Amino acid sequence: MDGKQDRWLDVEAGPIVRPYALTRGRTRPEGESFALIAVVQAVVAPHAVSRAEPECLLILSLSQRPISVVDLASDARLPLGVIRVLLGDLRHRGLINIAPPTRSGHAANVQVIREVLHGLRAL
Amino acid sequence: MGYEPSDSGPARPHLTTTKIIVAGGFGVGKTTMVSAVSEIRPLLTEEQLTERSVGVDDVALVEQKTTTTVAMDFGRITIRDDLVLYLFGTPGQDRFWFMWDEMSFGALGAVVLADTRQLATCFPSIDYFEERDIPFLVAVNCFPDTGSHHPDDIAIALDLDPGVPVLLCDVRRPESAREVFVRLLEYLLARSGELEHTHAP
Repeated sequence: MDGKQDRWLDVEAGPIVRPYALTRGRTRPEGESFALIAVVQAVVAPHAVSRAEPECLLILSLSQRPISVVDLASDARLPLGVIRVLLGDLRHRGLINIAPPTRSGHAANVQVIREVLHGLRAL
Repeated sequence: MGYEPSDSGPARPHLTTTKIIVAGGFGVGKTTMVSAVSEIRPLLTEEQLTERSVGVDDVALVEQKTTTTVAMDFGRITIRDDLVLYLFGTPGQDRFWFMWDEMSFGALGAVVLADTRQLATCFPSIDYFEERDIPFLVAVNCFPDTGSHHPDDIAIALDLDPGVPVLLCDVRRPESAREVFVRLLEYLLARSGELEHTHAP
């Protein structure tokens, strides 16, 4: 240790131990990986779940309407890696769906570009 | 489609998300540009501590965590209730390069922000997007003391492939920053052969 650790544990670093205690030390989510802007939607209401950590209930509450992974992490004020592990667990339990960000395929992609362009011009 | 709702589940989520990357050297104005056009949202992420960051002996200690939390921002533009564009600024510091792959995966394209006083700082970004075939344009942020430059000269100086747009901008002005993204999207449409009308100057 020899004091080197002090360089990293400053105020800016934020809480380090607790977030990963929530994931029981895991840093990778279960199952198929998902993108930063993948869309999360709860399948159940938070009160319908009998046993869940407060953070999981918060995620269920925030995802009653579709919400991206990064917006969830920002709203929940939890590190992205922690959110991902918790999302993996919730998906594994069938409590949420995680959909890929954009409709796949060239035509759908062009349509998205067109819609975003139209929207930006109108801002 | 890659997503099928379960038999008893709710309907498919009605939210489409997409993203654009904003890259460039440290201090070139990426954050200013993103905040000029979008809602800035804070995000906590993690940095893997590598041998470059800490001594090998430290990593060998089991109780020594190998990640630390890093704060970053991203931009969010709500195009419609069911369509959101995210803007991710690439970290300017070398030790955050590991995040680039994840950030750029699935991006529509990228804006490489350049500063003529230190043009070389955008070379790594250009190399990165060229190697991965991610379409990009170069936006030259005109600081008050940069003098005048012609986009063609900058394209030559950067050794860009023909057709890669180069434009001048002032990222502090929202309309100028927005125009950069509009031009990128028009370029993407043109590349896909789908542009129906050219942009009126």
